[in-house]
Amino acid sequence: MAFDIGDYQTAQTLETFGFLPKLSQDEVYAQIQYILAQGWAPAIEHEHPSNSMEVYWTMWKLPFFGDQDLNHVVAELEACRRAYPDHHIRLLGYDNYTQSQGSAFVVYEGRS
Amino acid sequence: MAVKTYDAGVKEYRDMYWTPDYVPLDTDLLACFKCTGQPGVPREEVAAAVAAESSTGTWSTVWSELLTDLEYYKGRAYRIEDVPGDSESFYAFIAYPIDLFEEGSIVNVLTSLVGNVFGFKALKHLRLEDIRFPIAYIMTCGGPPAGIQVERDRLNKYGRPMLGCTIKPKLGLSAKNYGRAVYECLRGCLDLTKDDENVNSQSFMRWRDRFEFVAAAIDKAERETGERKGHYLNVTAATPEEMYKRAEFAKELGQPIIMHDFITGGFTANTGLANWCRDNGMLLHIHRAMHAVIDRHPKHGIHFRVLAKCLRLSGGDHLHTGTVVGKLEGDRQSTLGFVDQLRESFVPEDRSRGVFFDQDWGSMPGVFAVASGGIHVWHMPALVTIFGDDSVLQFGGGTQGHPWGNAAGAAANRVALEACVKARNEGREIEKEGGDILRAAASHSPELAIAMETWKEIKFEFETVDKLDVK
Repeated sequence: MAFDIGDYQTAQTLETFGFLPKLSQDEVYAQIQYILAQGWAPAIEHEHPSNSMEVYWTMWKLPFFGDQDLNHVVAELEACRRAYPDHHIRLLGYDNYTQSQGSAFVVYEGRS
Repeated sequence: MAVKTYDAGVKEYRDMYWTPDYVPLDTDLLACFKCTGQPGVPREEVAAAVAAESSTGTWSTVWSELLTDLEYYKGRAYRIEDVPGDSESFYAFIAYPIDLFEEGSIVNVLTSLVGNVFGFKALKHLRLEDIRFPIAYIMTCGGPPAGIQVERDRLNKYGRPMLGCTIKPKLGLSAKNYGRAVYECLRGCLDLTKDDENVNSQSFMRWRDRFEFVAAAIDKAERETGERKGHYLNVTAATPEEMYKRAEFAKELGQPIIMHDFITGGFTANTGLANWCRDNGMLLHIHRAMHAVIDRHPKHGIHFRVLAKCLRLSGGDHLHTGTVVGKLEGDRQSTLGFVDQLRESFVPEDRSRGVFFDQDWGSMPGVFAVASGGIHVWHMPALVTIFGDDSVLQFGGGTQGHPWGNAAGAAANRVALEACVKARNEGREIEKEGGDILRAAASHSPELAIAMETWKEIKFEFETVDKLDVK
């Protein structure tokens, strides 16, 4: 059977959803909708790929507290990407009850 | 005040300890026991005997009782209930004044509640089903060294359960080969790996060598994957002094998490180690070897929900809870009941989950539920549904048994997990649609496709021995 064994190559990944194919626009929208439906505050962070292991990435503006508009969050993601085309950009959902992030995943990967 | 006189002899327990009119105080510690008396002994007498023998009473009146106010210090049996579907046994509810228990000492609580009384001859069987810890007592306990929220921040894991794996074979690997197995799991992108419970410091692999090779494995896997990793370094040892020595070395190596076996090690050792972890910024994973000896018999022993509550108070950041779906015993509703006790800040009484009391946890941090034992990728949709995000799903054979090896097995689990989380967030019923979700995910992951082929026939369908008491 040895000839059937594949060679697994280690991948650089960026935590949650790092093992799925790049999410389509509709799939990203569905995840934003999930964050909004939970009552979490959507937020955007970006960072140059060379610093992706840092504890803190740079925050884009402020978290969008109270925002219920999916299109607004999408527009902010696009604006962040235009401003930092080389950077990783991730979307978070701040859960103020658990004081944690209920969701966090990279939407756009920058070029390293 | 009525004058009391010394009247030597043996009284019936119920004269003093059966108090059906008593209204429990918010500060009382409440316990529910499932009692099975010897034939012919009235229920009230059995319940009162349990209250007496687990608090102030002894079999004979003694003169020195009159030097104190036993009316205040005594435990009180205040309610009796039928056990649904069981005419032989009944539930006895007992209230203990908070003064009976030393602050922050789970050891002291258990020494009273499950001490001599369990060997009492008038009882055929006795089982401690639940304890309501008053919030006043909870605030005296240290609890989890870090808790769920802090652990997520330290390890940078959000929006999903974490993935783990116990390194196999359990025993016999050299330290360097063991570190290899760890590295392979972590590069394939599990978050955490684990020492098996019986890995301590045997001659084939001494603890210090294991710790050093594991640290090298973690360091390399973190650099190559860009993600944070950890390995539960088991510091369980023959003496507390030895445990602290090993824990200090783990810290020196910059490791994020150590491990303890809380029942075989004991609550004193556990509470001490949890305090050390809190002071030293270390996470604490808790194994539960020996629990089934105590908690599996439906009429005798201690229900695991009690042991789980005690662990949260004594301190731990992870606790094994069973899987419901894997190779080890575990009823679904009952498991959900004690998983709540680990993670929530308030758990209401819910007999359908075996929860006998409202339990207020106040500000005590939560504990990750760890599901481990005979699980593989096909179980993923059920596991994500049952355990939710605040859990660690551990696939031992289900990672290392992959035909391509650990890294590919790890990747298969990671793909399956993320596909399930994504689908759940999209509003899909992942337990119902699990097969479709996994098959779609496997179309872009040969590792997952092979894992699904390898384990498609494996199921563990046996009747649960310890079922909830329901009609």
